[in-house]
Amino acid sequence: MRDRRISVALLLPSLVGIILFLIFPVVQLVLPVIFGVKSNETYFSFLKATYNQQIIFRTIGIAFVTTLGLLVLAFPFAFWIAHQRVKVRKLLSLVILFPMLTNAVVRNFAWILILGRNGLVNTLLMDLHIVNQPVRILYTNTAIVIGLIYLFFPVMVTMLIDSIVSLDQSIDEAAAMSGAGPLTRFFKITLPQLTTSLLTGSILVFAGAMTAYTTPQLLGGNSSLVLSTLLYQQSMTLGDWRAASIVALTLILIALASLSITKVITKRISGGNEV
Amino acid sequence: MRQKKHWLLTLYGYLMLLLLLLPLVLVVVTSFGSQAAITFPIKGFTLKWYANILSQPDFVTGFKTSFAVAVTASFLAIVIGTPAVYALTRRGIHHANWFQTVFLSPTLIPEIVIGFALFQSLVIGIKLPLMPVLITGHFLLSVPYVIRMLTARLLLFDQTIEEASWLSGASKIKTFFRVVIPNISGTLLAIFIMCFINSFNNIPITLFLNGPSLTMLPTAILNYLQNNYDPTVSAVSVILMLLTGLMMWLMERMNGLTHVNEHLNQKGQK
Repeated sequence: MRDRRISVALLLPSLVGIILFLIFPVVQLVLPVIFGVKSNETYFSFLKATYNQQIIFRTIGIAFVTTLGLLVLAFPFAFWIAHQRVKVRKLLSLVILFPMLTNAVVRNFAWILILGRNGLVNTLLMDLHIVNQPVRILYTNTAIVIGLIYLFFPVMVTMLIDSIVSLDQSIDEAAAMSGAGPLTRFFKITLPQLTTSLLTGSILVFAGAMTAYTTPQLLGGNSSLVLSTLLYQQSMTLGDWRAASIVALTLILIALASLSITKVITKRISGGNEV
Repeated sequence: MRQKKHWLLTLYGYLMLLLLLLPLVLVVVTSFGSQAAITFPIKGFTLKWYANILSQPDFVTGFKTSFAVAVTASFLAIVIGTPAVYALTRRGIHHANWFQTVFLSPTLIPEIVIGFALFQSLVIGIKLPLMPVLITGHFLLSVPYVIRMLTARLLLFDQTIEEASWLSGASKIKTFFRVVIPNISGTLLAIFIMCFINSFNNIPITLFLNGPSLTMLPTAILNYLQNNYDPTVSAVSVILMLLTGLMMWLMERMNGLTHVNEHLNQKGQK
């Protein structure tokens, strides 16, 4: 059984590291919320508070609008890139990755410059005499949505490009020869083949938007709190760890739920042949 | 696949590309403006904000610490993760899927939650100093990159080369270090860079685990931004963008960005 011992030795360090330093702390965090004294009561009273409800609905709303916006904006863009020559496509993929790999502070600072009180948008609006006073865009839900769309645009586009490139062209040609017009072909042939990546991309982005921290912190601030910024505020500013743990559990549940949905979708569409 | 391109689509493509880069260009432009308040259009031309970076002790020490933490965490993740990936791809482990899920679990839990959990149980709970916990947090962030990018590489790597080495009398350990590692060194370097970028840029975990004695660059900029709104932030942003550009260039030379795309794709499927 020497062989088996070697396998264990190779796997053990990573396994122990993750169980000890990730799974254990997270379990320690959520267990009191689930099984603690009067835990149900605290959880429900948390959910019942109008203030918290507002934040939960705001978080869901922002994630939903972000996902919808991304679908509309990224889909044609991915199509455009997918139809370029291979070299150009590679170069463009690099270019769109750049903002995502740039530090979140930099990315969001750029949007503060654009959306702020004396920012680019307000300067333009006032110079053109469209408004007399600066419009408040920064520290609103709109600013968060814009920042999140900017953050996840490369993710969505990258996910779509690959499946657009690998579309089976012969089906489209067959449909064309059978007399189907371009619109019919798009909705009846192309779109169904892209359903999986559109759905998985949407869920990925939705979950990401619900749990992202830096973007809502910098563009929403304290006047537009979402769950992740509420977690930080409750734990580090207000010192209410119980409330923070409840928010943490909620965020974990959101992440796990979206993962399970993605798994079910990929399984169903690929006919149970999921790798 | 190529079709007749529609001019409207082309126009849209260029417009989005412009929108994607415009915010970053704006940061670069504002870093040269001579006025302390950032207004549009900028007035004058100066490099004093770049000099001002160096007079902010938090930025200088923050850069050093962030750099050191990122290097340590990425290195740890590769050293600890590589054997695990090797075992999973080569040794026919039972329940390999289960192990994969555990190794990828840092991507399943929101970063802000990881930060809070580590702070609560390791810093407050068992009173560990901040630095090792911070490195642990960044190590956790890096492990999934090692697992995903290296699994993809090792599955492509021809196993018969290893068998040839074994048959020629080399031990399995010797084969691993003399045959496997040299063949995947490009990928390892690409993984290292990816982990480095991710760790160096991280905010949610870092925010819980830094303190007066432990300054990290992104959180130092965040703090500065809370009290000041001057082009120093633009200048330091430009430096960070140059760093990102350099890293991407290095990674492209390793052909590693294809792996990044793969990573993004798998994120949605696993």
